[in-house]
Amino acid sequence: MTGPALHLAVEIDGDGAHPAAWRRAAHSPDQLLTPRRVARVAAVAENAGFTLITLDDGVLPPGASPDPVGRIGAVERAAFVAASTSTIGIAPIVPVTYAEPFHVSSQLASLDHVSAGRAGWVVAEEERPEAARAWGRPLVADAEAQARESRDGVEVARALWDSWEDDAVIRSVATSRYLDRERLHYIDFTGETYAVKGPAIVPRPPQGQLVVLARPGRVPAAQLDVALVEGRDLASVAAATAAAGTPRVFAEVEVALDTPDATGAERVADLERHAPWTDQGRLRHIGPADRLIALLHELSRHVDGVRLHPLVLDEDLSVLSRLVLPALSERRLVARPLPGTSLRSTLGLERPANRFAAAAAAVAAQEDAR
Amino acid sequence: MTRTDPLDVPRPHAQLHFGVFFQGVNHWTVWSAPDSGSQIDPASFRKVAQTAERGLFDAFFLGEGLRLREVDGRIHDLDVAGRPDALTQLSALAAVTRRIGLVSTSNSTFNEPADLARRLSGLDLLSEGRAGWNVVTTDNAWTGANFRRGGYLDHADRYRRAEEFLTVARALWDGWEDGATADSAGARHWSVPGALHRVRHRGPQFDVDLAPTLPRSAQGHPVIFQAGDSGEGRDFAARNADVIFSAHGNDFDDALAFAEDIRTRLRAVGRPDDDLRILPGTEIIIGATEEEAQEKKRWIRFQQVTPATALGIAGLLWGIDLSDRDADGPLPEEDPVVAENDGSFGARRIADPRTVVAEWRAKAETHGWSLRETVIALGPQRGHVGTPSGLADKFAHFVRHGAVDGFNVTPFLVPDGLDDIVDLLVPELQERGIYRTEYTGTTLRENLGLRGPLTHRTARDRRQAG
Repeated sequence: MTGPALHLAVEIDGDGAHPAAWRRAAHSPDQLLTPRRVARVAAVAENAGFTLITLDDGVLPPGASPDPVGRIGAVERAAFVAASTSTIGIAPIVPVTYAEPFHVSSQLASLDHVSAGRAGWVVAEEERPEAARAWGRPLVADAEAQARESRDGVEVARALWDSWEDDAVIRSVATSRYLDRERLHYIDFTGETYAVKGPAIVPRPPQGQLVVLARPGRVPAAQLDVALVEGRDLASVAAATAAAGTPRVFAEVEVALDTPDATGAERVADLERHAPWTDQGRLRHIGPADRLIALLHELSRHVDGVRLHPLVLDEDLSVLSRLVLPALSERRLVARPLPGTSLRSTLGLERPANRFAAAAAAVAAQEDAR
Repeated sequence: MTRTDPLDVPRPHAQLHFGVFFQGVNHWTVWSAPDSGSQIDPASFRKVAQTAERGLFDAFFLGEGLRLREVDGRIHDLDVAGRPDALTQLSALAAVTRRIGLVSTSNSTFNEPADLARRLSGLDLLSEGRAGWNVVTTDNAWTGANFRRGGYLDHADRYRRAEEFLTVARALWDGWEDGATADSAGARHWSVPGALHRVRHRGPQFDVDLAPTLPRSAQGHPVIFQAGDSGEGRDFAARNADVIFSAHGNDFDDALAFAEDIRTRLRAVGRPDDDLRILPGTEIIIGATEEEAQEKKRWIRFQQVTPATALGIAGLLWGIDLSDRDADGPLPEEDPVVAENDGSFGARRIADPRTVVAEWRAKAETHGWSLRETVIALGPQRGHVGTPSGLADKFAHFVRHGAVDGFNVTPFLVPDGLDDIVDLLVPELQERGIYRTEYTGTTLRENLGLRGPLTHRTARDRRQAG
């Protein structure tokens, strides 16, 4: 591990991680889906110095039934946020259980273009059977089939991002050619359930490949840049990290911090009257900021980053901004991303070579050697 | 032509609306000029959208690509290609524009209603009521090779699917009643109980059951645009659309005939005949004098139709690879080969190449044109060429006689191609009283002067009638 020990990501969907978070939000429900609110949360996260924001999504409405909450699509929110921020990384959650991988690839490549290389992709699954009814598609039933759709979807998206070499647009006035078609490639993907021809419509994204994040096991480690690992305690996080086999590992941590008005425990108890904060097997910190700082310090020995899931954004984000990130920054445990830097660079990941260009170069080298 | 309000015209107070189309693929974008910028850099999109907004345009349009064009199984390399996903790019533009409409061309064949309707709603909310959807269809298996469904859909089914798609999308957009989201921080429920409605739809194309996730925007629904010119496409527009694009905006009589046809179709489906805005696509070439404008046009045409492009266009017509011929020489002597169109070069279908080639030969011989000159002279004659003042007079005539409601401008240069339209033509239009001097509303629907979404109106009309 080099550089600052820890990268901090924060999940900013809706009003927070608790299904009833909206009840403690600093605004009325009808303000949640406004551009002002979307831009403001992102600005707070960027100003606080987070490396990355993630935006949860899915075709089904979030929130505890029968009181669902509205949600704007994560890619649209991410693109909007990209245009109103300048340094923070932005990773929408996009399931490919039912979606068209060609569209998903185009949307994410476009997000990388509009954010000048600050985009990531959190791969997740549409697990509930109702999602199939919403999409009007045959049910992708079990965990294995869902993992297959994620694996194939990521493989297609990644191949499409490489299907334009970086310099495919040549604008050669002498030959009247805008493109060099030798630098465009059919991907000819054939999986178990579908095939995709390619090439992409969108030129190769600025980062070459977006930063791909997922829970280990759902997408092959070789296709992941960042594994999002879970575990109720440090030992299980450390074990999951050791097993991940990905370039970077982030631990998932749920937080309910003490605020000037109420302790974390009181706030959780208040919301539990309405809906349970389901245990997903993640580290959970409920209490004062200094204990979270200590926990993050501990974690920095095992992982490259932490993704925080605040109980209520309006309450916890402000404690994180005022107390937690400044303290970590003072101890040089975290560093804020620099303007003009891609998410990949911030995470210390190299810009990948284009697989097709690399293949062509290998053939050329072989011919030269003869 | 007089500059005072002529009252002896059918529509003395008609207003001209402008949209701008950020071109994706086709040879009309002059990419070889020194001041031609990037087609993918977000700064290019921002510049065009913000210039259009400065010029009080109604809308900014993005097209959609689902597969790179090919000629004879090889990727077409002469024209601009490579573009962002429309809805993603437009969502970014929502953050850096205030009033201009943001319209996405999205395909109803290779999308699903739950997904696309939600994405459009998201753009509509993020832009506070400025989203539009240009509904397009595809019927070729060639495009399908990039999608789960693969080769797909009969020609006849594409509008059926589009219409059923719209029915589901509108049901989703109407799934939340107005004011469905609680407006007080202490509310007992996030939404007003009973104000959210599931959508259960079972039809020939879609079988879905889902809960809509978004409220209506300030304009109700995204504005619906339609571009097909066939009888089927026009009927579809008359039943469903708020705005129709057309290729009938160059010649006044042709434009008027198209507009009359659309109005007839509107009346036939029980809509007021001013219910659909007609915005033909056009190119506008401006010069300080008529001669200068004509000279500029000639320069632009030769930039657009390079020798290689001329041979490519002629090759499509002849059905023969002509890339090794001399574009500045005579027309090919061979007869055209009539080939099946597989859709790989867009929707262009040439009904009878032999007749067209015979016409080309006759005209080329009469005028002494080379192949390239013939392609330029006999290609689609789009656009208006002239001085700001002359063009303003002409457009006033078009709009006051009900031939168009405005134009969807395709600049030949990105990102600066709108500048002279905004700086020179718009003031002349304003002086003639046919162009707004400030935005008339905050939503796209308001700026286009449209009534409410069709579904709402129907409900209200029904209540009033009942």
